[in-house]
Amino acid sequence: MGLDNYARMLTEDPHFLSAVRVTLIYVVLSVPLSGAFALLVAVLLNRPMRGIGIYRAAYYLPSLLGGSVAVAILWRQIFGADGLINDVLLYLGIVGPSWISTPEYAIYTLIVLHVWQFGSPMLIFLAGLKQIPAELYDAAAVDGAGRVRTFFRVTLPLLSPILFFNLVLQTVNAFKAFTPAFIISGGTGGPADSTLFYTLFIYQEGFGNFRMGYASALAWMLLLVTAAFTALAFRSARYWVHYAD
Amino acid sequence: MPTSRRWAVHLLVVVGALVMLYPLFWLISSSVKPNDEIFTDPGLVPQTVVTDNYATGWTALGVPFSGFFANSFLIAVAAVAGNVMSCSMAAYAFARLSFRFRRLWFAIMLISIMLPIHVLIVPQYTLFKYLGWVDTFLPLIVPKFLAVDGFFIFLMVQFIRSLPRELDDAARIDGCGPVLVYWRIIVPLSRPALITTAIFTFIWTWDDFFSQLVYLSDVSTYTVPLALRAFLDSSGGSTWGPMLAMAVLSLIPILGFFLIFQRRITEGISTTGLKG
Repeated sequence: MGLDNYARMLTEDPHFLSAVRVTLIYVVLSVPLSGAFALLVAVLLNRPMRGIGIYRAAYYLPSLLGGSVAVAILWRQIFGADGLINDVLLYLGIVGPSWISTPEYAIYTLIVLHVWQFGSPMLIFLAGLKQIPAELYDAAAVDGAGRVRTFFRVTLPLLSPILFFNLVLQTVNAFKAFTPAFIISGGTGGPADSTLFYTLFIYQEGFGNFRMGYASALAWMLLLVTAAFTALAFRSARYWVHYAD
Repeated sequence: MPTSRRWAVHLLVVVGALVMLYPLFWLISSSVKPNDEIFTDPGLVPQTVVTDNYATGWTALGVPFSGFFANSFLIAVAAVAGNVMSCSMAAYAFARLSFRFRRLWFAIMLISIMLPIHVLIVPQYTLFKYLGWVDTFLPLIVPKFLAVDGFFIFLMVQFIRSLPRELDDAARIDGCGPVLVYWRIIVPLSRPALITTAIFTFIWTWDDFFSQLVYLSDVSTYTVPLALRAFLDSSGGSTWGPMLAMAVLSLIPILGFFLIFQRRITEGISTTGLKG
């Protein structure tokens, strides 16, 4: 066999390229989007407010339940031809497509599902925001800095280690996503490979087609890519992550 | 901040929270709607409340869902027992005992946290198949007793390191060996970390789909997520009501855990970055 599996992967197998493309789109879009939502809501919730515990729980709950088969089934209904989204659109006079069975849209339903689960990075941001000393905000106010300026000059730099932590964690998690793509596409990664997550592709090759050797080769590639992404994140950290001490 | 602005922020937070929860409310409300209403009414209040969905769903696969729930519970409880026991022992060793290549093993353990299960599954499956364990719960349970969840080991190492060493020394002077120090000092003092480990092991095992999908193919061994998937495949999407009803039931244990341990769960995530 030798390196045949690798040669096949890189030169002959169109599904491999689809899987890489789909996974990269998913990671590159869903990680920054969920991070942005997490930070935004954390900043909004980081103030004294009546009922804060309930709001925090409400924003967090989707991330506790979101990885389950049950929610994936729910998503399949919501974005289906007669699903919730299209029911709402119908009120506005728009006839929507079946989002999950249109190749151009299917991946975005999964990205929305990922972004919906921004609750756990939000909690981490919230814990980080509470660590920032109030004196720094007072000092910024004395110096006449506005809200936007204070956010970019005080909050963001002091939060950068947490931002980095969330980035690495979320990226690794996004690469590992499997259940939603499996359930929403019925295990096929379709339509037209548009939801063929790399993990799903490994599963199909190993346990659908019983090509264990090929699946192992695919798994090695996943490991290399995740390691490369993590290494890249750590490399870039020295330019933008600011440690207080 | 001016009052009007504070109200605006508050309103934004409330509306956002409702949007976030809407799919979940809609799931619950649809589970008591007749099938045709699910597809036409985006609202939350059912025009007619039916409970048939639950009765139909419970037996839809020929075997009642009680068996699937029992399987899921068995696996989750065994995984909790395994993780709490083995991860705390491994963590004790890393935090307190000195042995050869400790730093190296620790580094390997940390790297294993980053390793996706999808990378390991092929060799793991081959091994368990060779042992004749496929289609039993053993591949899902036995590894938990061998401290394979690096995340929890790391969590507990951090916790044990924060305990005063003097207590170990005092126990040692009183004649305790390493095992008794672990049992009498470390375990009782690590209770918060042990409870966090137990909660998250339960939730993750309950929600796990990938490894159950790989190892369990006989209906009698199906867990709740596998049963839901089989339901989806067999109905082809025509019986949404009963399916959504079973989806609701499958989420109840996690919701229950969340209600009881809400503070511990949110603190666990804030301080360690555990993915909920």
